[in-house]
Amino acid sequence: MKRLINDPYDVVEEMLAGYVTAHKDHVVLDQTSEAQGRVVVSKTAKQKDKVGVIIGGGSGHEPLFLGYVGKGFADAAVIGNINTSPSPDPCYASVKAIDTGKGCIYLYGNYAGDVMNFDMGAEKADEEDGIRVETVLVTDDVISSENIEDRRGIAGDFFVFKAAGAKAEMGGDLDAVVAAAKKCNDVTRTMGVAMSSATLPSKGGPIFEMEDGDMEIGMGIHGEPGVRRGKIEAADKVIDQIMEPILADLPYQSGDEVYVLVNSLGATPLMDLHICFRRVAEILADKGITIYKSLIGSFASSMDMAGMSVTLVKLDAEMKELLDYPCDTPYFKQF
Amino acid sequence: MSDYILNKDYFLGVIDDLIVLAEEKKDYFSELDSAIGDGDHGMNMSIGFREVSKNLDGWKDEDINTLFKNVGTALLDKVGGASGPLYGGFFSKFGVPAKGKEAVNFDEFIEMMEAGVAIIEKRGKAVVGDKTMVDTLRPAVDALNTAYHQDGLAPKEAMKKALEVGETGSDSTIPIIAKKGRAMRLGERAIGHRDPGSASSAAILAILYNRMP
Repeated sequence: MKRLINDPYDVVEEMLAGYVTAHKDHVVLDQTSEAQGRVVVSKTAKQKDKVGVIIGGGSGHEPLFLGYVGKGFADAAVIGNINTSPSPDPCYASVKAIDTGKGCIYLYGNYAGDVMNFDMGAEKADEEDGIRVETVLVTDDVISSENIEDRRGIAGDFFVFKAAGAKAEMGGDLDAVVAAAKKCNDVTRTMGVAMSSATLPSKGGPIFEMEDGDMEIGMGIHGEPGVRRGKIEAADKVIDQIMEPILADLPYQSGDEVYVLVNSLGATPLMDLHICFRRVAEILADKGITIYKSLIGSFASSMDMAGMSVTLVKLDAEMKELLDYPCDTPYFKQF
Repeated sequence: MSDYILNKDYFLGVIDDLIVLAEEKKDYFSELDSAIGDGDHGMNMSIGFREVSKNLDGWKDEDINTLFKNVGTALLDKVGGASGPLYGGFFSKFGVPAKGKEAVNFDEFIEMMEAGVAIIEKRGKAVVGDKTMVDTLRPAVDALNTAYHQDGLAPKEAMKKALEVGETGSDSTIPIIAKKGRAMRLGERAIGHRDPGSASSAAILAILYNRMP
């Protein structure tokens, strides 16, 4: 194993201890007993009356989720064990930590465990405190199911969280924030490729076996098997196979504008990401689709997995305004 | 058969065995999960039962209901994921029919099993055939009921029957596609792999059986 850790049972607590110390100008760790040390709260939370934006999920996807807590983005992130949803009490505690009376929204990738735990947190906030909490699930992974509502949430989380965070910062009410998140999810599509497994600290080895030199198209961010496995091909060929299902899943036409994210799952270097992006840009240019803006880097990882994903967000004026709106978090700032 | 009693020592023994199981089978459960999920089932069970182990001494004087409520809360709080609410729910509800009691008769034990399995079905929204822990637990509890109440088997024999049916239920997850959980998105690629939750559920049934006097 090539990981720098101490006791595998302590990785999440030790990561959080480091994170809140490093980024003490942006975040604090909720100290209530219900938070169980798993709720990262923005220092700007409760500074003005606004809808509370809460994101979360398992650890191992950094900078998702904790990296996007800060002004104009998420007010809090709830952090689970590796690849595992947080438990109900921290989900509940996050609501108590940030609610200003305008209600809160939970935003997370669509996974059965997350839904159970966050739903229990929302029920408790309603029953014990009368706080309204709405949920929008991110479902951007195009190949994970034919039915959109069954799809997983992966790197597209970033955009859906960003859109909701902006709407809340602008002063939108809870219904408006929910609508913004849903609208962004509706126009966001992602597909990825993996070339190695992440290393699971508890196991001291890979989550799953993958022969050196193989790739798997469509693999999930937790290492869930994808659509097919084969030998690693040239970057352009791989991108062609990723872009085709993404573009086929929404009605694109010449003149459309997109926001592009080329995302590393952890171990794929910026050099490769830019080579891949170059091909994405060629394909989009061929179809007459304009790139409005691009992000290239690791925004939603799977620890040390080698691999990448492409996310396209189909834009209109409202979506541009939301995604361009200022924000200030440790891992994403724009002014 | 009404003189058949399961006392608190039985239940404390079950919890001891669960703690051992979670450590011993950690890699096995994770390997099953690696094939069709995200490889964390063993680690999560281990995280949960380590928390139980840490606190168990302080719970030993509680009645059976409170004892299992504490076990369930520990799993719910520490595990997360799907197995936290599911097994956390199972143990939290398992003790409810034994509220205020230091021992239960076999009718009450069957009620405990039913209460535990019912909350898993409710939270997971799963039915038999979805390739989940319900494939083990629902047929097992039904078999327990039938064996004891209709066929007149002795308690331990009835539980043996339940275990066999539960293990067959876990086996039945191998050749099917998943309709719930992360494996759901795999379609036919889930075929040929045992559901990890069904395996851990069968192991829990085995402990409940083996500890019976």
